[in-house]
Amino acid sequence: MDLRENLKAKNAALSQKDNPQSIIQVKVTMATCGIASGSRPVYEYMKEELSKRNIPARVSQVGCMGFCYAEPTIEITMPGKGPLMFGFVNTKKADEIIERFIRKSEAIEGVIPMNYETA
Amino acid sequence: MARQIRIALRNCGVIDPERIEDYIARDGYMALAKVLTELSPEAVIEIIKKSGLRGRGGGGFPAGMKWEITRKVQADQKYVVCNADEGDPGAFMDRSILEGDPHAVLEAMTINGYCTGASKGLIYIRAEYPLAVERLKTAMSQSRETGLLGNDILGTGFNFDIDIRYGAGAFVCGEETALIHSMEGLRGEPTVKPPFPSVEGYLKKPTNVNNVETFANVPVIINKGWEWFSSIGTERSKGTKVFALAGKINNVGLVEVPMGTTLREVIYEIGGGIQGGKEFKAAQTGGPSGGCLTKKHLDTPIDYDNLIAAGSMMGSGGLIVMDEDDCMVAIAKFYLGFTVEESCGKCSPCRIGNKRLFELLEKITQGNGTMEDIDKLRNLSTVIKDTSLCGLGQSSPNPVLSTIENFMEEYHEHVKDKKCRSKVCKSLMQYLVVPEKCIGCTLCARNCPVNAISGERKQAHLIDQEKCIKCGACMEKCKFNAIIIN
Ligand SMILES: Cc1cc2nc3c(=O)[nH]c(=O)nc-3n(C[C@H](O)[C@H](O)[C@H](O)COP(=O)(O)O)c2cc1C
Ligand code: SF4
Ligand code: SF4
Ligand code: SF4
Repeated sequence: MDLRENLKAKNAALSQKDNPQSIIQVKVTMATCGIASGSRPVYEYMKEELSKRNIPARVSQVGCMGFCYAEPTIEITMPGKGPLMFGFVNTKKADEIIERFIRKSEAIEGVIPMNYETA
Repeated sequence: MARQIRIALRNCGVIDPERIEDYIARDGYMALAKVLTELSPEAVIEIIKKSGLRGRGGGGFPAGMKWEITRKVQADQKYVVCNADEGDPGAFMDRSILEGDPHAVLEAMTINGYCTGASKGLIYIRAEYPLAVERLKTAMSQSRETGLLGNDILGTGFNFDIDIRYGAGAFVCGEETALIHSMEGLRGEPTVKPPFPSVEGYLKKPTNVNNVETFANVPVIINKGWEWFSSIGTERSKGTKVFALAGKINNVGLVEVPMGTTLREVIYEIGGGIQGGKEFKAAQTGGPSGGCLTKKHLDTPIDYDNLIAAGSMMGSGGLIVMDEDDCMVAIAKFYLGFTVEESCGKCSPCRIGNKRLFELLEKITQGNGTMEDIDKLRNLSTVIKDTSLCGLGQSSPNPVLSTIENFMEEYHEHVKDKKCRSKVCKSLMQYLVVPEKCIGCTLCARNCPVNAISGERKQAHLIDQEKCIKCGACMEKCKFNAIIIN
């Protein structure tokens, strides 16, 4: 159908511009639960530090991922890889994630197992 | 490992809720486009009916049937209402959906408007949800700009717009007739059904009321087909249910599981088990309107019908886990206290009856109860259920009935032995100094707020039970574990 093709094409273009596959995706949980546990400073930190350290990434805010017990949570998708979720993230942990996980691909602690599929 | 399947939560934690592009990139508004350009309202209703989707706000009424009833009533104006009141203590499923994926609800409401013949939608949301409100507003203005809301949607000539209405956070205002009166500027009191809102609702016009989560399922059903949706779940409960896990569980949070998942899978596999490795005692579903599930229900598949059979109900999806440290009589009292606060007072069984239930429970937790009181609780509960005007009163005795049914021995202990095994009911416990362990350091005596502890330095101390107010300060301070609860 025309309209839908239209919508889709328009968006393919839009999302291509914002999140090409080659870029690191960082999603910070910013629902009431996440913000209450301090996700806003983590979001700001990731945004600023990644650009300061010249690591091209798209940092976005998302809704509740369901892991309230481990807030703030952030999800990182390296190009060509599956997403990984980290829990109990503060700015110190965020620094470790940038330096060790993102830069050096080291395995670090704090990964939350994800056990769901999405429709 | 038990599976979670995210349908209602498909975009929560995945997309930026403040960017319509993100939503559209994940097939957002595709269902609306399909509906408006390819399907008749009847055909859409048929899809929803066949999918088996039932209301997620508590009652479990078949959604497609409600849409059809609203469609068939003749009227010059009809309304679509999204119930985002979410008053159940401990529940936050709807808030999470609105904060994480507001467009899904807008899209579904618009589809509902097309099906029922309504051109106006209203979202009734509690003012305590400021972030959800803000994101809804952002989403609404984005979809208006994109031509997905307002006049001539997607160039099809269909008009539909949505407004937000605020609630003040009263539990009873989640009941659909009370909700409608509250939106009309009247007192938030329920009225007798029928007429049902689908026939005579907001401003006396036909009004289709659905819950946030019910709506959130709709676009996926249209996109993936009713066959796919109805392949998930049990015979009479299709799809998934979002639960807010709270209480003594390790992984407090939101989960979405297929209908028919067992309590054991939810608590132990997904929820990570009970905090501190303690023993599971009960789980409350349906909040103050529901009942408790116990060890014998651990392997019962959770769906609408099984929960009713177990003396509880699905409710909106709060799931509060209790362990050996929770006293079931005190839990019943907690919920009744909530009901007494939240009853609108319009009808006497609920206004007076629940107060009496609360007083009886209070008497029992204070150690003054008799066996007749337990019978009175039972009889009065039945009367309240049978004679109350709205769902609040009709279900408020459920926590009492289900704790009596499942934990009669705890009621007996409170009444006959004057004991609370979970050490929750303060009137039934005594703080005692164990003389063999006490070295007479005087620390407890110095910390007791009511000077109930006496004793010479280096001599065993003694607590005066008449004076003691059971604050527990002494036990916390004693470095020698010399103070115990009896
Ligand atoms: C006391 C009481 C409180 C209720 N609270 C809510 C609520 O917070 N949210 C909700 O969606 N439904 C609530 N309901 C159910 C609504 O009356 C109504 O059945 C529901 O919104 C219909 O939508 P659904 O069929 O999609 O579930 C409540 C009912 C009662 C009796
Ligand atoms: S049952 Fe309770 S809440 Fe419902 S109308 Fe009667 S008094 Fe009000
Ligand atoms: S604090 Fe403990 S040891 Fe010290 S006097 Fe009190 S009971 Fe005895
Ligand atoms: S429980 Fe409180 S009031 Fe009672 S003896 Fe200990 S400190 Fe005093």
